[in-house]
Amino acid sequence: MKSICFCFEVHQPFRFRKYRFFDIGNDHYYYDDYTNENLMHNAAELSYIPANKVLLELIKKYKGTFKVSFSITGTAIEQFNLYAPEVLDSFRKLAKTGQVEFLSETYSHSLASVKDDELFAGQIKKHDELIKKYFDVSPVVFKNTDLIYNDKIGEIIADMGFKGMLTEGAKHIPGWKSPDFLYCNVRNPRLKILLRNVALSDDLSYRFSNKNWSKYPLTAEKFVDWMIADDKSEIINLFINYESLGKRQPASSGIFDFFKKLPEVSLNSGKLKFATPSEVIDEYQPMSSVHVPNTISWADEEKDLAAWLGNEMQEEAFNKLYALTKKMKMVKNKDMIRDWNYLQTSDHFYYMCTKVFSDGEIHDSFNPYESPYEAFINYMNVLNDFTLRLDTFVPESNAEKIKDLKK
Amino acid sequence: MKVLMFGWEFPPHISGGLGTACYGLTGGLSQIGDIDVLFVVPKAHGDEDQSNISLMGANNVPVSVKKLRFSKSDKSINYIEVGSNLIPYVSENEYLKLSEKNISENYQPVTINNDEARFNFSGTYNNNLFDEIYEYSLVAKVIAKNNEFDIIHAHDWLTFPAGIAAKKISGKPLIIHVHSTDFDRSGGKVNQRVFNIEKEGMEMADHIITVSNLTRNIIIDKYGINADKVSTVYNAVEPVSKKVKAKLKKGVKDKIVTFLGRITIQKGPEYFLEAARLVLKKMDGVRFVMAGSGDMMNAMVKRAAELKIADKVHFTGFLKGDEVTDMLHMSDVLVMPSVSEPFGIVPLEAMQSNVPVIISYQSGVSEVVKYVLKVNFWDTYKMADAIYGLLNYPSIWRLIRREGKEEVDNLLWKNSAKNVREIYLKVLKKKQDSLPGTDKIVIK
Repeated sequence: MKSICFCFEVHQPFRFRKYRFFDIGNDHYYYDDYTNENLMHNAAELSYIPANKVLLELIKKYKGTFKVSFSITGTAIEQFNLYAPEVLDSFRKLAKTGQVEFLSETYSHSLASVKDDELFAGQIKKHDELIKKYFDVSPVVFKNTDLIYNDKIGEIIADMGFKGMLTEGAKHIPGWKSPDFLYCNVRNPRLKILLRNVALSDDLSYRFSNKNWSKYPLTAEKFVDWMIADDKSEIINLFINYESLGKRQPASSGIFDFFKKLPEVSLNSGKLKFATPSEVIDEYQPMSSVHVPNTISWADEEKDLAAWLGNEMQEEAFNKLYALTKKMKMVKNKDMIRDWNYLQTSDHFYYMCTKVFSDGEIHDSFNPYESPYEAFINYMNVLNDFTLRLDTFVPESNAEKIKDLKK
Repeated sequence: MKVLMFGWEFPPHISGGLGTACYGLTGGLSQIGDIDVLFVVPKAHGDEDQSNISLMGANNVPVSVKKLRFSKSDKSINYIEVGSNLIPYVSENEYLKLSEKNISENYQPVTINNDEARFNFSGTYNNNLFDEIYEYSLVAKVIAKNNEFDIIHAHDWLTFPAGIAAKKISGKPLIIHVHSTDFDRSGGKVNQRVFNIEKEGMEMADHIITVSNLTRNIIIDKYGINADKVSTVYNAVEPVSKKVKAKLKKGVKDKIVTFLGRITIQKGPEYFLEAARLVLKKMDGVRFVMAGSGDMMNAMVKRAAELKIADKVHFTGFLKGDEVTDMLHMSDVLVMPSVSEPFGIVPLEAMQSNVPVIISYQSGVSEVVKYVLKVNFWDTYKMADAIYGLLNYPSIWRLIRREGKEEVDNLLWKNSAKNVREIYLKVLKKKQDSLPGTDKIVIK
């Protein structure tokens, strides 16, 4: 029996308003409430609500057999609370069925994993507390921002007590054979690694409605045939952005009908079942360890960090942001901590990507900026104001004193 | 294939965008094996060597024939200078400076800078200009009669009547090349006589080349020309062969933000000043330079004083070739806030000189370059933010500077010329197909 393991990523960033340099030192509110609310309403209406409804129906219909998992970021949950509480309710209904697993994430979908271990761990805890609060579960499997992974990150996650972690089934991983088996971290084999089946996942999230695609139209029958084509493989990891259901692939494309049909066709094949990441980890033996010395992710063709940290603007913004880490540890102010977390959201760095120029590749998620330069300048203006505020909380002299005291 | 081209004098004689573009395109065409260009320009003959000048046309217009060689090509082109006072888009001040050097007393200066032209069109000066255009077309007719060619190519409205005359006498197809329209130059207040000449040229043309889609759309929308007849070929920029060393050194430590171009309504100088005011409110150590002259210069000097930033804004007046190079070398950022710019070659020159640029979306050049900051000309807040960002955040300045240089170095006139050649071939083929079998044109 082969397991289909679904994980849907649910994330919304707090997008910044147009923050001009003359606002620096004058205005400390950074967020574009109007855009954030609109985009949340749009995503809720087109995707989250209808998709949750379909999944809930399927879970009831296929009691005990249809299962999925979610990784919902802290910022997404905050925005549900602010703008679309009904979405949160529908996720809680899903949680109560017991057929849905909630995964761990960083609170603000950050890149802390490649910068600061302590900060990274803190954000995971903050996220998991929120999940516990709303869904009354404690995540045991971790999914990093856009599947960012390397051996060291895996080691940290293992040390935190997680039993598994999700990442990209990138072909250039040494020891990679197929994403369709369970693997383990090379430094700590207790941490199991699930690799995304890139082709099948992208069939659903990117190609489904593309009429120029040679396999169009995609039916549940066809998809099930592909999943069972290889007799030996054990798991099909389908990790996709939840907005693919209804937004990237609109309802008119038939994506919901496809999902409604998929469990029936899969279960009737006699060769497939559904499992959550935890169940996969408990049931299967790891095939081998994966060796990932260089950081991978699910971004673009390169599957690396270049989408967030590929040019010098991104590096400057990133380094100047994390240069504040030490001082932030001394700050208890709630607004400061909130802004600090929102500033770290990876989307801000993604907006500064200039790769689109050379690749001709279109980053399809919503981008509030006309150009990467505008994104960068806006971010730096906000960061400048934040830095000035931080200095009033932790004056330079104080910071020195505290350092000396610690010695 | 032989091209009869009605163009404009090359820099450094008159350095405006039009002359620069003609020079670049002709240089590019000279690198293509099967194209020969016979290049005709209006030139006010002054006190230079008169030995190679002959007289032509009803009014005994002086004409001199020269050979011109381009450095990259082993071919030379035939170059005919026709005595005429037609000068494109030069303001009064610039014209006077030029006239001291180039123009003899026998010739009345005829400038067609727009505001002045509007003024002059009501008086006798007006007729002078249109007489001049007409006379030029008569000479064009004689040149067309005495030379062999396959296709006619005319640059901007002053030469359209010449192109039409050449087409009528030879029956060869006419291509007109639009570098700007009166809509751009006048800020919307179009002169009817100029418009009529432009429109007639467009209607008589077998094909129209525009320097951007921005201009292409104006021609389709405002002049009512069939879209199939209009193609965009972007300008390029002559590579700087040697590292030109700046003769002048920056005398101040302050960062310098530069506006370079004619100070006219088309170029949006007031938006530059407004952005300067906003930046100066927030930071020290920066100065703004308006390099160029034009009919709005005095108004801008006054405006800077009103905004109480006159101590930080400097006006250089009209700059010549070397001075432009020096100015660019001293600049940390160049801003081109044009209200309506068919193309705009200045940002490309700045990028060649390693100067990061901010340009308006209302410029044709914004369709071709990516490593620049783009704003709407009226969005002075965003313009100020872009200036501030480039001056204060080192990574974006470095990135734009480096990648912009690389980008602009790949914009070659040879490629533009290839696109022009494609259009020649298309037009000639169409002409050939429409002829009865026995009369086929032989393309050499």
